[in-house]
Parts: sequence; structure tokens; C-alpha cells
Amino acid sequence: MSSLTYRLLGVLLLGAVLALSTDAFLTVGNLLNVLRQASLIFLLASGLTLVILSAGLDLSIGANLGLSACMAAAAIKSTGSISIGIAAGLACGMTIGIANGLLITTLRLPPFIATYGMLWMVYGINYWAMAGNTIYGFPESFREIGSGYLLGIPIPVLLMAACLIVGSVFTRYTTWGHEIYAIGANPEVARLSGIPVRSRLIMVYTLSGVMSGLAGIVYLARLNSAEAGIGEPLLLPAIAAVLIGGTSLFGGVGSLSGALVGAVILTLVLNGMNLLTISGNWQPLITGVILLLAAGIDTAARNWNESRA
Amino acid sequence: MARSLRRIPGIAWLLASLVIFFSVFGTRFASAPNLINIGNQSSILLLLALPMTLIVMTEGLDLSMGAVLGLSGVVLAMLLVNGNALPVAFAAALGVGTLFGIANGVLVVALGMPPFVATLGMLGVAQGIALVLTDGQSVAGIGSALPGIYASRWLGIPFAILIAAAAYAAFHFLLYHTRIGTYVFAIGGNREALILAGVPADRYHVLIYAIGGLMAGAGAFLLTGRMSVGHPTAAIGMEFDAMVAVIVGGTKLARGDGWLPGSVLGVMTVGVLKNGLNVMAVPSSLQIASIGLLVIVALLIDSFRGKS
Repeated sequence: MSSLTYRLLGVLLLGAVLALSTDAFLTVGNLLNVLRQASLIFLLASGLTLVILSAGLDLSIGANLGLSACMAAAAIKSTGSISIGIAAGLACGMTIGIANGLLITTLRLPPFIATYGMLWMVYGINYWAMAGNTIYGFPESFREIGSGYLLGIPIPVLLMAACLIVGSVFTRYTTWGHEIYAIGANPEVARLSGIPVRSRLIMVYTLSGVMSGLAGIVYLARLNSAEAGIGEPLLLPAIAAVLIGGTSLFGGVGSLSGALVGAVILTLVLNGMNLLTISGNWQPLITGVILLLAAGIDTAARNWNESRA
Repeated sequence: MARSLRRIPGIAWLLASLVIFFSVFGTRFASAPNLINIGNQSSILLLLALPMTLIVMTEGLDLSMGAVLGLSGVVLAMLLVNGNALPVAFAAALGVGTLFGIANGVLVVALGMPPFVATLGMLGVAQGIALVLTDGQSVAGIGSALPGIYASRWLGIPFAILIAAAAYAAFHFLLYHTRIGTYVFAIGGNREALILAGVPADRYHVLIYAIGGLMAGAGAFLLTGRMSVGHPTAAIGMEFDAMVAVIVGGTKLARGDGWLPGSVLGVMTVGVLKNGLNVMAVPSSLQIASIGLLVIVALLIDSFRGKS
């Protein structure tokens, strides 16, 4: 756990720097805002963590979020029912996840190719269906999911906490969770020891799809509007959050709590840039550099461990 | 040779049936101006697909190519706007591309980072720099020299197609008639043997990624000439089309199993599919989706052929 302690120290250090450089940072409102922004990245990153633990990858999560949000928006508008809208969003996310899982296990496509192809297919379908339109204006009770409070805590943050607890119990204390780690560490050994690798992988990609759908609903509720491109900028931050959190790209090592810390660190950086009024055009550059740094540390640590073994 | 002959029908069959389909159902498809248009559009893609073939053969990929092409184009356009000579601006674009290619190579080869994450990070960096340089706006006012060259013809053949043909000849020679080409096959196929034979495999591996960056810079020349402006996000996603072309063309993601003529057929297939759907007035968003579908269809055909 010591590596997680270092990361928490990183969070404190970043927070201290921001608190000293701008008065706007250390306010209750802004800190809750940071957590609320982090919760969106965490929801995406949590499903991705499971995928990466299994030594896979899901590049379609941002596009999935976009399509799921638009599906939910369209369903709410046409039926007037919030629960049908939520179901439509989650079902959309799940369908994309299952399709990814089948492409990877049945067609044996490398995960990055399958999910990269899925990314463009989902974008294409979404841009076609939305035809440049924006769907906006949803019932107050739906918007509560993104902007409401319960006991003074933003609802997305509560959702994040719930997903963290359920997910951590799942990965740490259940057989299925352990099997994900085993597949990531060595799929051949996992298969020989009787783990149904195929169905576990489909499950992992399905969960990643469902989490993208959930993130899409939360994002939709907060923005109160949906257009085709809304998921696009979220892929890099989600991958970066997973890697900053110490989950190894090579599979078998990592945790959901790491993804939470990663999401908070990333949000602090982006929030800080915002408060310091740095243009949003810098965001891909900064996120790319952070991603490379995190991946570099992960790779170097692995090389070091291998050279000692 | 027998192996490549057996492979030809798969992609050629797909390409031929697409051409027949669009000729029958798209009224304006089989006209000379439209076919030249396909050739022009495919030329830029081929410049990326050629190095992508080599990279995929080494069990890698380069997701940053489109973003690097965009950045090189922005640099090219900005230097032209500031009154620099075209050769200077073009050299700078090639330099920027090569620099990113080398960075990709160093991250993948020297650090051992998985290629998709290294090049995805570089995608963010390249796109970010392009956005910061331009503030997200088009760079207009590049003068008439570059668009003039792009519009020129030699023996009736458009400039872009000539460049693409020359690039293919160079890559064909490099891959099949030089020692470097042999090393490319070996890096993906049997790296260990290469190293034991005393070849600095790492250096050649970085070189392959550097060539990828260089070609993205060259692609920027054509794209900027065609659009007459530099735009930071103009080429986003082009690396995906290039990857599709390579995979559809029969290059395998493992063991140095690559086929350069197949990549040309793959580029033509992507070009025909996009253009044909365009002629039939299918929205561009669905064209993107169809390219994703193309990979899956091609790989399905591949796996059935492999079984029989």
C-alpha cells in the first residue's frame, strides 16, 4: 500500500501548491466541485481499471459515454420517463461493452484494435443520429443525479463512493475479482488452472461498458444537454487516471482506490489550470504529458523488478 | 510467393466488389474526375499507411500519426504565413514529424512502453501543441505556392498521386531490397536472432517509428496544399484509416508478417468505400462507422479463409 501513500502525498502537495497560488482553490464550493469532476473521471476509470487489470484495454469508453448520454437524452425526451432514460443509457453502454468483449474473445482481435474500431463506429453512429443537434432541458428530478446534494454531499460523489466500495469488495474479496487479476498476470496459466477466461473477459468489457453508460447519465444530468461529441475529451483523462493510480498496463496489478486517487490528481491539475485561467487548449497537451509520465513510471518499475528477479 | 498469391484474392475481392457495387448504384462514381478524386484523397492516406505497415509488422502501432500530421501542417502553414520560403517551411514540417517519430520510438523501444499508450500520449502532446499554437483556429493566408504545386500535374497525373507512387516505390525498395527491410521483418519475427547476429535491433526499431513521423510531415505538405490552410485538428483520426488499410491489406499484428502491396489495396479499399458512400449521399458520420465495420468484415473473412 505504500505506493498509494506516495500518491496521496502527491494529492496533498498539489493541493497545497494550488491553495497558495490562488484564493479560489481552498473553498468548500471548489473542493466539492473538484470531487464532483473527479467522480465523472472515476466512473469511467473504474470500469477501465478492471479491463486493464485483465491486461486488456478499452479505448471506446469516451465514445460510449457520448452515445449512452445521447440515447438517455432521446429516451427521456420521447417517453418523458426518467427511469426509461436511465435504462436506455445503461443498456446502450452495456451493449457496446458486450460487443467489445465478443470482438476480443471470439474474433481474437487485439483489445486496442477492437475497441479503437468500436470508438469510431460509435462516434459515427452518434454523429449520424444526432445530425448536429443538441438535446437539452431535462426534468429537475433527473438533473438531481448530476447536480443535486444528499446530506450536503453531491450525488455524483456519493455514486462514486458506492462504486468504489462495491468495486473494491468485488475485486478483493470475490473469486471473480481474483480471477481478473489472474488473467491479467498470465492468461495461459489462468486458463490451465480452470478459469473461464473467455466469459470473464466478456464480463470485464461489459462492466466497462456499463460504467461508461452510467458516467454518460451523470454527465448528461450535470450538463443538462447532450450532443454527439461530449465523450470525446474524456478518454485520455480516464486512461491517465488509471495509470497514475498505479494500475499496471501490463495487467494483474492495481486497484480501484488507485483509480480514485488518479482521478483526483488529474482533476486537481485541470481544476488548477482552470482557476489560474489557463486556456483549455492546453488540456490535451498536459493530459498527454501526465499520461506519458505515469506510463513511463509504470514501465520503469516493471523493468526494474524484472532486472532484479 | 505462393503465400502472397493466396492472400491477394481476399482484399482484391473486397475492393473489386465495392467498385462494382458503387459503379452500379452510385451514378457519379465511375467518372474520370471522381476516380482522380479518389486517387488524390488516397494519396495522403498511403503516405501514412506505408510506414504504418512497417510499424505494425514490428508488433507496434502509431496512434499519433494523425495528430502529428496536423501539427506539422500547422507549423508549415504558420511559417509560410510569416513569409518563410516553402522549402524552409517544408523542412520544418518534416523535422517536427521526425522528432515526434523519434520520441515515439524511444518511448516504445528504449523504455519498453506499450506502443498504444506511448503513441496515445504523444497524440495528446501533438494535438495539444497544435491547439496552443493556433488557439484552435485555422491558419489562413499561406500564399499560392503550395496550393499551386498541389494542383499541378505531370503527364496529366496529379501531383499527389505522383508523390504517393514515388513513396510506394521507395518503401517497396526499402522493405524488399535492402538490409533494413530484412531487419524490419526480423524485428517483429525473431528479434532475438537479430540481436544475436550483432544487429543493433533497437536502433532500427526506433528508425521505423522515426520514418512514421517523417511521413506524417510529408503528408502535411499534401494536406495543407489541398486545403490551402493549416488546421490543428484536420487530420485527427487519419491514423485509424491508415491502420485499417494496413490490417485489411493482410498485414498481421504479429511475427513480422507484412505485405506492402496489400496496404496499397487496403488504402484503395478505404478510399473507394468512403468516396462511394459519399457519392451515394451517405452522411460522413456513417462513413466513419463503415470504416470500423470494414476491419471487422476483413478480419472475419481472414479467419474463415485461415480455417478452410
